[in-house]
Amino acid sequence: MRHTRGLLLAAMLAVPGIGQAFELSEWSTVTEAASGQTVYWSAWGGDSRVNGYIDWVAEQVDARHDIELVHVKVGDIAETVSRILAEKSAGNKREGATDLMWINGENFAAMKERDLLYGPWAEQLPNFPLTAPEQNPEVREDFTLPVEGYEAPWGRAQITFYHDSARVAEPPRNMPALLDWARENPGRFTYPKPPSFFGTSFLKQALLGLTDSPEVLYEPVDDADFEAVTAPLWRYLDQLHPHLWREGQDFPAGGPKMRQLMGDGELSLAFTFTPTAPAAGVLDHQLAPSTRSYYLGEGTLGNVHFVAVPFNAQHKAGALVVANFLMSPEAQAHKQDLSVWGDATVLDMSRLSAEQQQRFEPEGRAAASLPPQNAGTLLREPHPSWIEPLESAWRQRYGSQ
Amino acid sequence: MTAALSYRLVIRSLPWLTIGLLSLPVFSGLAGALAPAFGWLPALGGEQLSLAPWRELARVPGLNDMLRLSLVSGLGSAAISLAVVVLFLGSFLQSPVYRRLRRWLAPLLAVPHAAAAIGLAFLLAPSGWVMRILSPWLTGLDYPPDFAFPGDSWGLALILGLVIKEVPFLLLMSLAALVQCRADERMTVARSLGYPPLTAFLKTVMPGLYPLLRLPVYAVIAFATANVEVAMILGPTTPSTLAVAVVGWLHDPDLTTRFMASAGALLQLLATLAALLGWWLMERLVVRLSRGWWQDGRRHCGERGWALVARWAMRLVLGLMLLALAGLALWSVAGYWPFPQSLPWPPTLGNWQNAADGLLSPVAQSLAVALGATLLSLVLVLGSLEAETLRRRPLRPGAQLILYLPLLVPSVAFLFGLVMLQAQLGQQPGLLAVILGHAVFVLPYLFLSLAESYRRLDPRWAQQARSLGAGPWRVFMGVRLPMLLAPILTAAAVGFAVSIGQYLPTLLLGAGRVETLTTEAVSLASGGDRRLTAIHALLQLALPALGFVLALLLPRLLFRRRRGLLLSH
Amino acid sequence: MATLHLDNVQIHQGQQLLLSLDTAIAPGEIVTVMGPSGVGKSTLLAYIAGFLSPAFQASGQVRLDDTRLDTLPAEQRHLGLLFQDPLLFPHLDVEGNLAFGMRRDGRSGERRERIRAALASVGLEAFARRDPATLSGGQKARVALLRVLLSAPRAILLDEPFSKLDAALRDEIRQWVFERVRDHHLPTLMVTHDEADARAAGGRILTLSAA
Repeated sequence: MRHTRGLLLAAMLAVPGIGQAFELSEWSTVTEAASGQTVYWSAWGGDSRVNGYIDWVAEQVDARHDIELVHVKVGDIAETVSRILAEKSAGNKREGATDLMWINGENFAAMKERDLLYGPWAEQLPNFPLTAPEQNPEVREDFTLPVEGYEAPWGRAQITFYHDSARVAEPPRNMPALLDWARENPGRFTYPKPPSFFGTSFLKQALLGLTDSPEVLYEPVDDADFEAVTAPLWRYLDQLHPHLWREGQDFPAGGPKMRQLMGDGELSLAFTFTPTAPAAGVLDHQLAPSTRSYYLGEGTLGNVHFVAVPFNAQHKAGALVVANFLMSPEAQAHKQDLSVWGDATVLDMSRLSAEQQQRFEPEGRAAASLPPQNAGTLLREPHPSWIEPLESAWRQRYGSQ
Repeated sequence: MTAALSYRLVIRSLPWLTIGLLSLPVFSGLAGALAPAFGWLPALGGEQLSLAPWRELARVPGLNDMLRLSLVSGLGSAAISLAVVVLFLGSFLQSPVYRRLRRWLAPLLAVPHAAAAIGLAFLLAPSGWVMRILSPWLTGLDYPPDFAFPGDSWGLALILGLVIKEVPFLLLMSLAALVQCRADERMTVARSLGYPPLTAFLKTVMPGLYPLLRLPVYAVIAFATANVEVAMILGPTTPSTLAVAVVGWLHDPDLTTRFMASAGALLQLLATLAALLGWWLMERLVVRLSRGWWQDGRRHCGERGWALVARWAMRLVLGLMLLALAGLALWSVAGYWPFPQSLPWPPTLGNWQNAADGLLSPVAQSLAVALGATLLSLVLVLGSLEAETLRRRPLRPGAQLILYLPLLVPSVAFLFGLVMLQAQLGQQPGLLAVILGHAVFVLPYLFLSLAESYRRLDPRWAQQARSLGAGPWRVFMGVRLPMLLAPILTAAAVGFAVSIGQYLPTLLLGAGRVETLTTEAVSLASGGDRRLTAIHALLQLALPALGFVLALLLPRLLFRRRRGLLLSH
Repeated sequence: MATLHLDNVQIHQGQQLLLSLDTAIAPGEIVTVMGPSGVGKSTLLAYIAGFLSPAFQASGQVRLDDTRLDTLPAEQRHLGLLFQDPLLFPHLDVEGNLAFGMRRDGRSGERRERIRAALASVGLEAFARRDPATLSGGQKARVALLRVLLSAPRAILLDEPFSKLDAALRDEIRQWVFERVRDHHLPTLMVTHDEADARAAGGRILTLSAA
């Protein structure tokens, strides 16, 4: 047994370009192979807080594992997907330029389907059990698709509404109330244009809040009567749009643009995917100090975000070690710190020691802008097959006016 | 003999290298878009040729509007820019106003498109600077109004944003062309025959000037119909321009959309070609219609009115640009800056301090890439122009076309294919790949800026030098280069500025490993924090501005005792 | 000094014969080629000096005694060429312009000494470090000829060399140039349309006419 493995190792080492022979089942071989590697991590670079956190991670993995972590900042992760596609088209199977990528559920579904991801590996990471996957199934599914070890969880997101309390005394707490509110406050709310992530998420959130039969949304779209299920959504949007910002003739490009409009005072109500983002926006002088956040009463969409490894990553071992570090109590606690980033942890507190748990306690600054703790019901993401039909139906109705 | 032979070998091979550097990426890039547009992309399971991507494209709601918007904003902004430049030159060519403006040109050209657009958006938006200054004392508003500008469905904001960048570019291109077509002599003759300046200019200078401006105008049209960054910031969204939509499809998480995106990229190419063709037809028509007018002896064409229009249009263009930059400067020192405060108070250096740590490496890499790409392009362009003197005729029209290919073919159409080529050739992503990629875009601008000065240099200088016994290398290095130092440096500064502004080639060919000011700026801009965006935009502007200043000062310093050189440029 | 031979020189433009010439110019002799503008006088000089545009085809031979010139590159023909403009390189000072045409042999001190002497011979010794743009028309013309002479030419070609000078200055410079080329025993070919030039040269006059 030992002998054959030695042979296998030798064979792998003989292949040029592979200096990273490792056995997932034996973590020490992974860290050994990872030592001295340079890991290229493609991640959205639009937020200086996120960038600052990734810089900190780079320092840590350098000190702990002798890994040089390079943050490849992209405006849109699709730019990285393009590169991987081009590499696959050109037959580059093991010298890919990307080692680790921060992706969302849609990217994951598409990439996994096209065999563009390396795996399975995530459940073998030593820190994975800290997420207590049996109690928290959401770390094993991304947009209802089983993850099957092809990506590792590293943060949580939930749709959170925020408003300027100096202008809005009582914000709307469900979808019908939002329509009434928009009628009374014309031009002060909008949502990003689908198919941007935020825009499509708003469609799903509204659909979940308006439909009589939310359960069909968790099955593939082909099994449902799309027209009938979505009819309440389109009725609602038809009524809502005339009261939106710019009368629904123009939509912001994404969540960050929406936050900019809030800062400028053009909007007085908006939403984000990071519950702590409004508080962070106050700290960073982007939002009014009177900004307050809340969840909708009917619950809001939430999901876990993940990191994945492309099929042709050149430094897989290094990427796995970084992914494992991202799930460590230390890295997760640092990430959740509002003064650093404020992104919620994926770890289950019951699996941590008392001392480790203490690190996750929130700090005082800008705390008034945080949403109330534990007040938000989490709604699961619908089946990903709904996304495309929703987006194209939206485009058909409102995309060209 | 060996020196002469090496000269011939080197100089004759440089045009071929140039053509190779430009045509290989563009054509293989286009092939990389062509195949998926017809359903072929095995990496995504497309292994059969079909027209399905085109049928899908045809079903996109609002496709006609997208096309119309791209064409109208492209042709409209080019026509307005050219009109402003022509009216201004016609009215003020021989006046101090023109000489004053020349000094402003270089710094204006240094402003990256995206920075100008972001600044303009902030200036004119409902919560923008203009509204803040007027509120609440005049408008009575405590919160911003809700009107759709920028982002109006007519694309007016987009056209405005393009015009404020294109006017300085066309003016710079006119400087050399005006000398070449002896505008001053033509004007003097016509004015001595009793024609007032504008009519004299339109009837005698324009017929000689326009052919020299034609290529820059085409480059402007191509850019304006196909650009992404300006349209993303200032253009409408329902629908957007075609180029913005294509980028959206390319970025769609649903990978099957890539087939349609490729078809869309080719449609964009066709749309750009159609715009160029339409413009060319208009050219013919205008020439035909004006033939009679040139010689009908009429001395007036509403001079005063047009001069007034030209003066105010130029003031508007310059004023908007300067205010846009001032707005950015304010944002870079702003804390929380709510409507309707007209100034951020108290100002803070905190944003700069926070950003400072991360700036050193992007600045260094931007410089490395821009200097590398500019130097490489300069060698190739000088070689190609020197080869013209060797063969004693300009490049063939076909070769000229290839030279301008990267300006005319929308980059969304060929960049994906380019990355595929890079992977196929086994070329590692990194600095070298990025420098080569930038050179593809830098070289045409460099050629555009330098060719006329180079060709204009009196051949007798070289003949004189050779009859004095100087070999071809010595004529090139000892006579042509120093005599052309000023235009060479100006062209290099233009190229440098082009390189600094590149985003997609840097990101795709460097696989993100080369981090420039522009890649930082764009990824930060996607986060919507105007303070950080402003800081990066200002730095993005500072580097090329420095280049232009050097290009202006160096010849003055080196040749401070050589009046003959300084006067001719 | 050698004799400049033009053996059966014919220059065609396409099918059309532009000019034909067969003559020899002895050392110190000045031959003037005259003809109305457009007849190809400058083309003839361009051919002899090695700058004929590819639009023209030439046959015949150019020789200095037995050395054939028309097959050599321009810089190896050692023919001093003087245009109607002085064409002093604007990026070099007066001394630099004179040094440009000189052979590289000899120490730099020697070269500088020869330049100084040449400038002194025309009363311009104080002008060595001057920007050529600051010289007067007559001074430029003199420096231009000095530059040609210092390059040690074996023959001189003059292309309407005096037509841009003031009438007052023209005669003086003309005499001065002709003196120099005779002193140096150089065969000289001048093209001009000014009969005064031809008379002052005092040599043979060949007239080209439209073919």
